[in-house]
Amino acid sequence: MVKKIRVLIAKPGLDGHDRGAKVVARALRDAGMEVIYTGLHQTADMVVQTAIQEDVDVVGLSLLSGAHMTLFIDVLELIKDRKMDDVLVIGGGIVPEGDVLKLKEAGMKGVFGPGTSIEEMVDFIKENVRK
Amino acid sequence: MSELAERVLSGDPRAIARLISYSEDGDPRGAEEMKVIHPKAGNAYVIGVTGVMGAGKSTLVCEMARELRRRGKTVGIVAVDPTSPFSGGALLGDRIRMNELVSDEGIFIRSMGTRGMLGGLASAVFDAVEILDASGKDVVIVETVGVGQAEVDIIKIADTTMVVLVPGLGDSIQTIKAGIMEIADIFVVNKADRPGIERTVAELESLIDLSHGPGIRRVPVLQTTAKDSKGVTELLDEVNAHEAYIRSSGRFDERRKARYQAELVEIIRKRLMTLIFDEDKFKGRIESLLERIQQKEMDPYSAAEEILAKLLK
Repeated sequence: MVKKIRVLIAKPGLDGHDRGAKVVARALRDAGMEVIYTGLHQTADMVVQTAIQEDVDVVGLSLLSGAHMTLFIDVLELIKDRKMDDVLVIGGGIVPEGDVLKLKEAGMKGVFGPGTSIEEMVDFIKENVRK
Repeated sequence: MSELAERVLSGDPRAIARLISYSEDGDPRGAEEMKVIHPKAGNAYVIGVTGVMGAGKSTLVCEMARELRRRGKTVGIVAVDPTSPFSGGALLGDRIRMNELVSDEGIFIRSMGTRGMLGGLASAVFDAVEILDASGKDVVIVETVGVGQAEVDIIKIADTTMVVLVPGLGDSIQTIKAGIMEIADIFVVNKADRPGIERTVAELESLIDLSHGPGIRRVPVLQTTAKDSKGVTELLDEVNAHEAYIRSSGRFDERRKARYQAELVEIIRKRLMTLIFDEDKFKGRIESLLERIQQKEMDPYSAAEEILAKLLK
């Protein structure tokens, strides 16, 4: 029996810059994971519904617009409400250090800024995903 | 009754999703739950959607689901995308075209990687269809990977199979008479707003002329422009007509029997593969057999016979 890691890569909100999300999606695929990519303009509710139906192990949110303290937090709260404690939530984008701390307090396990290597992200997921 | 199966039967999305995962991963817990839900499945009508890459299958599936919801039906969708043969990973992107369905509780969408299957489906599609069926969905739509000519597994599972084409395939239609051109219960020419639509439809019709004879239902050719929701109502009416046809002619029961046969074969195949290739007692042995085959000290047939003999002992 081989448990494959399933990852949802989602872009919440109105930010239309999806190059980063696509690069990450491809890289995780190349690392042997199944990546569900939903495209742009996801609401928090859409992210969580998709995460449930796809039974993902990881939710990866990407945002470059600066609205992460609203949009990431909305997703984190919904996930907490639904008691999806076994889902690893990570984020990527331009996130100032102070916000990183707050996001981690809100339940985001990893926040990856510019310059993060693909290996770092893959290793983080493999180490922290539900076993 | 086990808790997970009970939750699946009550329609709980998280239970449905988890049981599908068990099936995909070959988790033994899944088999026990599947035994419980089987008697409750069999009511959903299964529509298969296959066709060439970029034909607009996902958009069409989305539009069909919306129309089915307008008709008061609940819908399950299983969308298959290819798994990389090198990394084992997959990029599953069918949902990009289905975003507007996500917030509707009457719809459940699941993306799946082929994980080594070659016929355009994933092995777990059989279970996923049965799970969505048992959970109470009225219609289950299965979307295959973008196919070439020979990926025809969809007919093992669908009650009605649609083959989706686009204008501009030109003479190529003539050359692909076998394979996917033979499995259609309905032909759909999507992107009907594009140039070349008349010619593509005419070529399809003349192809159908060749295979069609007295007493045989003529396969209809429908035109859709899924992005503008055009032709979808007519398409679903045609599905209803096909359902009436197969139910009245006895073909419905034949198809369901063929589905269970395919599923049975698939379960046995998977278990045998696991027995042979994942079990420790064979592991070292297979390596040494491979070595000998490569050195020409043995041939693959004798090696296979040796493995099967040991298995049956």
